[in-house]
Amino acid sequence: MSTIYEYPVNVAAMLDVNKVRNDFPILHQKVNGRPLVYLDNAATSQKPYAVINAVKEYYERYNSNIHRGAHHLAHLATVAYEEARKTVARHINANEQEINFVRGTTEAVNLVASTYGRQNIKAGDEIIISAMEHHSNIVPWQMLCEEKGAALKVIPVTKEGEIIFDEYLKLLSDRTRIVSIAYVSNALGTINPVKEIIAAAHKAGAVVFIDAAQAVPHKAIDVKALDCDFMGFSGHKVFATTGIGVLYGKAALLEKMPPYMGGGEMIKRVTFEKTTYNELPYKFEAGTPNIEGGIALGTALDYINSIGLDNISAYEQELLSYGTRKLQEIDELRIVGTAKNKSSVLSFLVGNILPYDLGVILNEQGIAIRTGHHCCQPLMDRFNIEGTCRASMAFYNTTDEIDALAAGIKRAVTMLR
Amino acid sequence: MPQLIAEIENEIVDDFALFDDQMQKYEYIIDLGKKLAPLAPEYLQDDFLVKGCQSKVWLHAYMDNGLVYFEADSNSSIAKGIIAILIRVLSGQKPVDIVNAQLDFIDKTDLRSHLSSQRSNGLTAMIQRMKSFAASYAQ
Repeated sequence: MSTIYEYPVNVAAMLDVNKVRNDFPILHQKVNGRPLVYLDNAATSQKPYAVINAVKEYYERYNSNIHRGAHHLAHLATVAYEEARKTVARHINANEQEINFVRGTTEAVNLVASTYGRQNIKAGDEIIISAMEHHSNIVPWQMLCEEKGAALKVIPVTKEGEIIFDEYLKLLSDRTRIVSIAYVSNALGTINPVKEIIAAAHKAGAVVFIDAAQAVPHKAIDVKALDCDFMGFSGHKVFATTGIGVLYGKAALLEKMPPYMGGGEMIKRVTFEKTTYNELPYKFEAGTPNIEGGIALGTALDYINSIGLDNISAYEQELLSYGTRKLQEIDELRIVGTAKNKSSVLSFLVGNILPYDLGVILNEQGIAIRTGHHCCQPLMDRFNIEGTCRASMAFYNTTDEIDALAAGIKRAVTMLR
Repeated sequence: MPQLIAEIENEIVDDFALFDDQMQKYEYIIDLGKKLAPLAPEYLQDDFLVKGCQSKVWLHAYMDNGLVYFEADSNSSIAKGIIAILIRVLSGQKPVDIVNAQLDFIDKTDLRSHLSSQRSNGLTAMIQRMKSFAASYAQ
């Protein structure tokens, strides 16, 4: 029985979850004798056959180093990799030379901090982040500030887990050079008003980096409409493989930035006296890139577009409200992060039960969640907690699985309390 | 004369043999933790934390009449259950017997198999701490 059909017809029609689940082989297994319930999608997503087969096909049929190869396989690999770049560009409404393949969101932040940051930040300048940032969107800016004698300013968040916009406006000044904000909080699921954040930063003369790692799997993104200067996201969170990610940057900014790493691919001409650098986007892609990762990412984006991000968003919002309701029925369960605008993340605590213990007992029932600080220690400090249990849903999760989670929590609580 | 460590270990192995699945083992472990005598507040300090445990485990040891006694607490119900088992085996024993204890019951009960690697390291850290207390009393 699938409870999805208990929903109103228009909701069920958005997405046939049983059909979608058949695209993901990993979901069909038992863990500790129970059907796997995978609710750790904010950590990494599972891969559809389309992606798995694309990687397999690459290695079986046309593995080759890309660019400059005179031979057939090099041509096929180059075309596939560059087609993937075009797919990414179309997906976020960017131009293809603005799409730089990197290892992931972490590298995207570090690249901007090390190049644009080093070039433009001076002593006394300020960089603004929020209290809900992932460590990857804190530490690179902290390192830059320490090196340059600049200051890191932090927008506080409410007890619901929302950015206090007025406080943000107060922090903005003519000293602000960079604002770097998560589109969606990995720990709480809060969707931040990035368009307004970007507009206010631009008014103050600052550039904006958007950490879109948790947004890209769940919603359509248009970098031109947002007018963001930089955006980073990770392939593995959007149903592609690990080790591939994207840094989007406005071409005018990327052109002026120095390279990040030196090596092959990123050069135009090398002599011992002087090296000239390659054009965008190759300037930031030193060395042989993650070719199969790029291909996998293009394939994954094609796959989610075949389902439709509007359908995905709507379905996940239904899962979120169903899950919120189900979890709230549990005694002493407290949801951490109750923003009005949320992605499909449920962070919670039950009484004084240690999240890790709850995670262990859920695992025994085949349920995969994440426990701990979710790489957001300052955010946990804000809530005076050490960590939470986090169930994060993707479009292949079902209301049945939410029911299994709720029952699993109840069983664990009976044991642990 | 305390009960032999090996005998207590055998009792625990027998207890675990009754369980059909891992959930029951966890229930048993957690219940042992719940039954553990409370630790006096003066020992719930960082000085008494077992280093190497992911969760907080406070351990206090003392010597009485030639035997070493252990008391403990934890913020984790599972870790508290695990230390409760170790206390059942090692508390009230002669220092030399604690130091020499083989603790075969851990393998025989398959206790480590469902612990994460961090938890498994924590179990090792608890045992080392208990043995080093005993060793310091043995001298």
